[in-house]
Amino acid sequence: MANVLVNAPKTAKKGDTIEIKALIMHPMETGFRPGTNGRIIPRNIVEDFTVTWNGREIFRMRMSPAIAANPFVSFFTVASESGTVVLRWSGDEGFVAEHRVAIAVT
Amino acid sequence: MSSAGDAALEWRAPSGRLRRIPLVRLGFALAGVFCASLALAQSGDLRRSGYQEMGPALQKMQDDDTANPAMLFVQVGAAAWAAKAGAAGKSCADCHGDAAVSMKGVAARYPAVAPAPAGPVDLEGRINLCRTVHQQAPALVAESDDLLALSAFVTLQSRGLPIAPPDDPALAALRAQGRDLYERRQGQLNLSCANCHDDNAGHRLAGAVIPQGHPTGYPIYRLEWQALGSIARRLRNCVVGMRAEPWQPGATEYLALEAYLMDRARGMALDGPGVRP
Repeated sequence: MANVLVNAPKTAKKGDTIEIKALIMHPMETGFRPGTNGRIIPRNIVEDFTVTWNGREIFRMRMSPAIAANPFVSFFTVASESGTVVLRWSGDEGFVAEHRVAIAVT
Repeated sequence: MSSAGDAALEWRAPSGRLRRIPLVRLGFALAGVFCASLALAQSGDLRRSGYQEMGPALQKMQDDDTANPAMLFVQVGAAAWAAKAGAAGKSCADCHGDAAVSMKGVAARYPAVAPAPAGPVDLEGRINLCRTVHQQAPALVAESDDLLALSAFVTLQSRGLPIAPPDDPALAALRAQGRDLYERRQGQLNLSCANCHDDNAGHRLAGAVIPQGHPTGYPIYRLEWQALGSIARRLRNCVVGMRAEPWQPGATEYLALEAYLMDRARGMALDGPGVRP
């Protein structure tokens, strides 16, 4: 289980702009650094971060080796309907992490 | 020309009346204000933590538990607290129970003296003593994520509490050694800790504000490290920066400096696990 911290409102008014903040524990190893044995440490980054709201994609980000370890992403979206927001990170070495948040829209 | 005795300050009040205050009386009043402000400056605590020296954006990052990356490690530490380990098959929680109760204020008291033969230890050292003695598990590697996660979790339970180093006489010698190291010039740059953190605190070293060096936030998530680090790592960083030869990992010098610095920060609020630039 990946170590994730997500900050999203539990409730929102329809049409409101809400902020969703997501932090995930990941080394974001660049693939350019030599290890203690002199060999290059293989790249290990989160490549893709996708957020869907009731299955509809509302945010997508492609990450690069230049992004720091434990990436923190914050974005805004408009609250349209009650439902589940699914945050999904995927990357090198088969890394996949998923986090679900229920938001009630009134 | 009048003598000093009749010298006075004169002005016309909005009502049109001429107002006059003899300078002697004005002098007494000003001297009173001066003395009061001097007394305030002397009684007021001029110490500032690294948190107070940071910009508002970083302060917000630390204060928000879902934006502070150290909280990721706290989650790992909370899981480790409840996990059984070692030949004794015991978890931290089996002895200490709820950390929110049993660990409240603990981080504010370290370094402290552990029962013989261990002697003075810092919080990480205490955690490893518990592991080897009570859990009969191998000690966690210094500066490893596992050890820092546990220490971050324990430190969080003391957030906001004043630093309260114990009055153990066994710590006095250690603090004296720490103070000596703090004030001694070393390295190719021939600097002491005090040259920056006492003499030039609040000024800038390149773009960064030099803090007063109060260890209120350890273990810290340092953005430059992109990782959680202990005070020993921070000290090593400074020693290398002075182009001095760093002490061996786990050396008494780090513990001595930590004991002195915690004593120097006595009464300041613990804000760890903190974020620092």
